[in-house]
Amino acid sequence: MDTDQDDDTGLTELVTAAKGGDRDAFDALVRHTYRDTYTLAFRLLADPEDARDVVQETYLRAWKGLERYRGDAQFTTWLYRITANTASTHRGRRGKHRATSIDEHDLDFIDDARTGQPEAMGESVFELQALGDALEQLPPKLRQAVVLKDVYDLPHDAIAAELGISVTAAKVRLHRGRKQLRELLDDMGAHTRGGRNAV
Amino acid sequence: MQYDDVADLLPGVVDGSIELDARTQAFIATDLRSQADIARYQRMLRNLRLLRERVIDPEPGLLAETLAILDAEAERRLARTLVTGKRMAIAGAIAGGAAVAAGAAATAVIFASRSRRRLAG
Repeated sequence: MDTDQDDDTGLTELVTAAKGGDRDAFDALVRHTYRDTYTLAFRLLADPEDARDVVQETYLRAWKGLERYRGDAQFTTWLYRITANTASTHRGRRGKHRATSIDEHDLDFIDDARTGQPEAMGESVFELQALGDALEQLPPKLRQAVVLKDVYDLPHDAIAAELGISVTAAKVRLHRGRKQLRELLDDMGAHTRGGRNAV
Repeated sequence: MQYDDVADLLPGVVDGSIELDARTQAFIATDLRSQADIARYQRMLRNLRLLRERVIDPEPGLLAETLAILDAEAERRLARTLVTGKRMAIAGAIAGGAAVAAGAAATAVIFASRSRRRLAG
């Protein structure tokens, strides 16, 4: 989400108006942030349909709970936390069989069509694409921890709170996630470029 | 101590989110394989931070659907408020009616007792 100073000021004004019951202001907040909220939801769930559901639920929760937002953190950070919590709840609701099938996913499975990027692509673009793909392959619980900490820089205690686990458990998931992510990237590098140091 | 003993700790060493005893720290500081791993984790973390700037565009329609859901919720909330207000008004009217009836009954009792006293006198 945008952290530009002017943007923040604009968001703050919209938040203040929305807290006063101004629906147009809240709609403007939605317009301003929904792509980023979708991106976070997709990174957490790795499924476009689930991400859509989570975005809608997130804004509904945000609208209902806006009076509880005190401005201690940035509005976007507050929204990240609602998104993370909603995604966590959504994942539980969608049925454990589905989560388990991903949890027990064979980590060797990498879609060759997606990882087979043209050599002409820039190194960093290639790396980020590979990283995004690898994130999608991580087991959901590990992915949540990595995305919230390493992509969105949420503190450990906030991650633990939104996922409903202890700080220690959040750190364990994070470290396991990083390790598996690196192994996935090693495999992808080996598949696509014959090297072991893709990222 | 060997690399295998510390390999699982390195994802936490890279950003200091894990505390190590002095002996383990000393080993990692001098073990080339551990250092190479840490360098790769650092690069991975840098790239993960860059991912935040890469927005994934949703399929068209998400914004409109989201705003429509919020509209529906606002209408539901308004309807709830109106129903609550109506209920309060009806309850008030009933309470008011009851008070009037009670007042009338009390007046009737007083008149009746006065008439009885007059007849007795």
